Amino acid sequence: MSDAGGATPTQPYGQPAAPPPEEGGEGFASRIAFAQRAGGAIAPLLTVLLAFVMGGLVVLVTTGKNPINTYRAIFDGSGLIWFFQIPWDTGSDAAFNLQQTLIYTTTLILVGLAVAFAFRCGLFNIGGLGQYLAGAILAVWVGSSFAGMSPIPHVLLVLVVGTLAGALLAGIAGFLKATVGAHEVITTIMLNWTVVYVGLFLFGLGGPLHNDTQSSTPVSNDVVEGAKLHVFWGDPLLQGLHIGFFIALGALVVYWAILNRTTLGYGVKAVGFNPEAARYGGISVARNYFLAMAISGAFAGIAGAIDILGWSFRLSTSDITLASTGSIAFTGIAVALLGRSTAVGTFLAALLFGALLTGTSTRYLDPSIFEPDLAGNLTFLIQGLVILFIGLDFVVLWLLARLRGRRVMAT
Amino acid sequence: MSERPQVLEMRHITKRFPGMVANDDVSFDLFEGEVHALLGENGAGKSTLMNILYGLYHADEGEILIMGKPVRLGSPSASIAAGVGMVHQHFMLIPVMTVAENIVLAEEPTRSGVVFDVHEAERRVKEISDLYGLAVDPAARIEDITVGQQQRVEILKALYRDADILVLDEPTAVLTPQEAQELFEVIRGLTARGKSVIFITHKLNEVLDIADRITVLRRGKLIETLPAEGATEASLARLMVGREVLLRVEKSSSNPGTSLLQVEGLRVHDDRGIEKVRGISFEVRAGEIVGLAGIDGNGQTEMIDALAGLRAIDAGTVRIDGDDVTHDSVHGHLEGGLGHIPEDRQRRGLVLEYSIAENIALHDYRSEPASRYGWLFPRRLIERARTLIRAFDVRGGGPTTRAGGLSGGNQQKVVLAREIERDPKVLIAAQPTRGLDVGAIEFVHRRLIEERDEGRAILLVSLELEEVLSLSDRILVMYEGEIAGEFAPTASEEELGIAMTGAGRGEVAA
Repeated sequence: MSDAGGATPTQPYGQPAAPPPEEGGEGFASRIAFAQRAGGAIAPLLTVLLAFVMGGLVVLVTTGKNPINTYRAIFDGSGLIWFFQIPWDTGSDAAFNLQQTLIYTTTLILVGLAVAFAFRCGLFNIGGLGQYLAGAILAVWVGSSFAGMSPIPHVLLVLVVGTLAGALLAGIAGFLKATVGAHEVITTIMLNWTVVYVGLFLFGLGGPLHNDTQSSTPVSNDVVEGAKLHVFWGDPLLQGLHIGFFIALGALVVYWAILNRTTLGYGVKAVGFNPEAARYGGISVARNYFLAMAISGAFAGIAGAIDILGWSFRLSTSDITLASTGSIAFTGIAVALLGRSTAVGTFLAALLFGALLTGTSTRYLDPSIFEPDLAGNLTFLIQGLVILFIGLDFVVLWLLARLRGRRVMAT
Repeated sequence: MSERPQVLEMRHITKRFPGMVANDDVSFDLFEGEVHALLGENGAGKSTLMNILYGLYHADEGEILIMGKPVRLGSPSASIAAGVGMVHQHFMLIPVMTVAENIVLAEEPTRSGVVFDVHEAERRVKEISDLYGLAVDPAARIEDITVGQQQRVEILKALYRDADILVLDEPTAVLTPQEAQELFEVIRGLTARGKSVIFITHKLNEVLDIADRITVLRRGKLIETLPAEGATEASLARLMVGREVLLRVEKSSSNPGTSLLQVEGLRVHDDRGIEKVRGISFEVRAGEIVGLAGIDGNGQTEMIDALAGLRAIDAGTVRIDGDDVTHDSVHGHLEGGLGHIPEDRQRRGLVLEYSIAENIALHDYRSEPASRYGWLFPRRLIERARTLIRAFDVRGGGPTTRAGGLSGGNQQKVVLAREIERDPKVLIAAQPTRGLDVGAIEFVHRRLIEERDEGRAILLVSLELEEVLSLSDRILVMYEGEIAGEFAPTASEEELGIAMTGAGRGEVAA
């Protein structure tokens, strides 16, 4: 009785979940949704391609250099070239670069999953930064304490505490959404800043977690040797690849399993697709909002903990300030969007952005090919373009459909 | 009729969408002063054809002639300029503006080219409404007038833009029987003054009532164009569906048992805090169908939500088979033996992105055998869905097909299968055939009767009087949140119609 009957026909009733499957398929939105599924990887690939072309144009126009050379240099710098240098030399420069790429990838997978999981429940967790930092702060604290603990329990303890910190922080936003309907975008952003300032206070000069020996540097104590993650590829002193990489791969499996093989995932997705139908089905929308946010935060929290135990080992106030302006945690949004919130997609998108971050870092780029100071910006430029073009997905798909349609008619 | 000039001719229209042909070589014409009904099931191609005429779609093949001249209708404004006016099923009116303001919108009369001239607008509206006998108050605000009057405003809007060809898309869907009769009077008035009307509908009785000629579409193809004279509901239904259809449900008399659903003094408010259900009491017994009739917006939605645990109850009690479920959760209601076919299967009844199998598990995915300790067994869901798909004759896909990819009728079958499979004691069927085609309606009706005979207590809430009359063993009429009367299924549409407008209030105790 609510709409087609029309007690209030003059009020345009809210956007229906999907238009009725009337004539000509099922209406634009669901046709797009279908095309996204059917098209599979085409649209994301096209999105990336477009972003690279645009980025290349910027390079061409601003520096007058050949963008292909630039991209070539980035590719070399990312270490991905290593895979093509047979026989594989695990000690080469490319191998080292690849290790750096995969360290980034590890973090990006996890912060990407954080955003993706919330997406699947129809929520936008923009608080990856805060949750990541919460995990990192707790990890530094616990990791630099308990020096006498044996390594494995210590590492596990740090990871659990870091995960819980992220889950708890995001859980606050989820709880507020579930109980009073506070929008998660607002609350997670506010929580980001809360954590940033708590961190600045904790590690600042004279702060509670300030370094015991260096009284003039605002930095934490170092994580004790036993709590560091094992480096399985490369030199531990030169930031080799740590086993956190496998934790991230495991997280992808967990993510997939939760969503596709558990009642929890069924509820989360049902709420994400159609909260009205979920409620009608006897599923508590509020409970799922809370759970989805908490789980989402857990992924970001463990990302922070892994970065501390894997390669940074300490946290300074400048780390936190830097993070608050543009951090890897925000890149998680791009990863999730590009990866379409699927496990495989998130992995590939994380690898892409990890490679970009490494390839454009000033250490690896030849100044004659691209101004090193500008290189990092190119990453963010491409990242921004990717997000923009994902917003333009509809346009891309529409163009595809047009092209296909024309071909059908021509034959 | 043939001496009259032809105002519209659509020749050999073909429109393809990816994967289907929505209109396959369809020809359609319209004479001056004629009502030509376009009849067909959902998906038959009626809307596509009319959207082509209204410039929303472009035909892949074929041509359109208006007043004998070929026209290119690339946009709605081109169609309006060519004299085509469309009254959509969902009105496109601005509630806070007046009738006159809505009508002249985008073509306002102005003074010195700048200032909107309200009086001139109202005068012109009055002129047109007097001419065609469409009584409305030009100064009234849209939100204050009835649905029937709003529809007149839509027609006036088209006339104001000098439409000679009026397309009415399912115009009676929102009207009471009395209002529908008034609309028919209006249409007769229009045709008498030389306007031509295309009347889109799937209601057979209306077609015979108002149309001069009838064109039947099925699956995008033109089946036949025939004069209304001599046609019968049965013959039209056969053309529409392509086979013999039982229009009247055959059912034995009911044999009610114990009372399974008891509602006492129910009071419920809507989202805006307005009390929409005001002290309703009734019961539904095992083995009977109680039909709840009423015009949309008289508290039916809020009442169903309350009965299903989806809306808080302010006062009163609800009992399912003796158990008080008044303040139980949705889950509590389901456990208590309630089945609920929601009035909007797309927004509520189904998660369209989920597969058929997943949708069937919506209520019980948390318990065995669907899952154990939180671990889901997709294969079991699929197995179960396969059985139900066969039992309920769901077509258009298998267990892993997305529910959103099914036609409306098959979607409803999935909902029906899920709700009935749970073996509920009480089944609430809200608008169970809304938007379905004749074949699917027949299926749903037959199934509801079967479930009644199984001994379930069925509460049928519907805006379609015909449906209520043909299925129910007892009929309650709801008006402004109260029961306005109880009727036997032998009551006439007129009697019910009067009660639905509140006129018969208090005559019969519920």
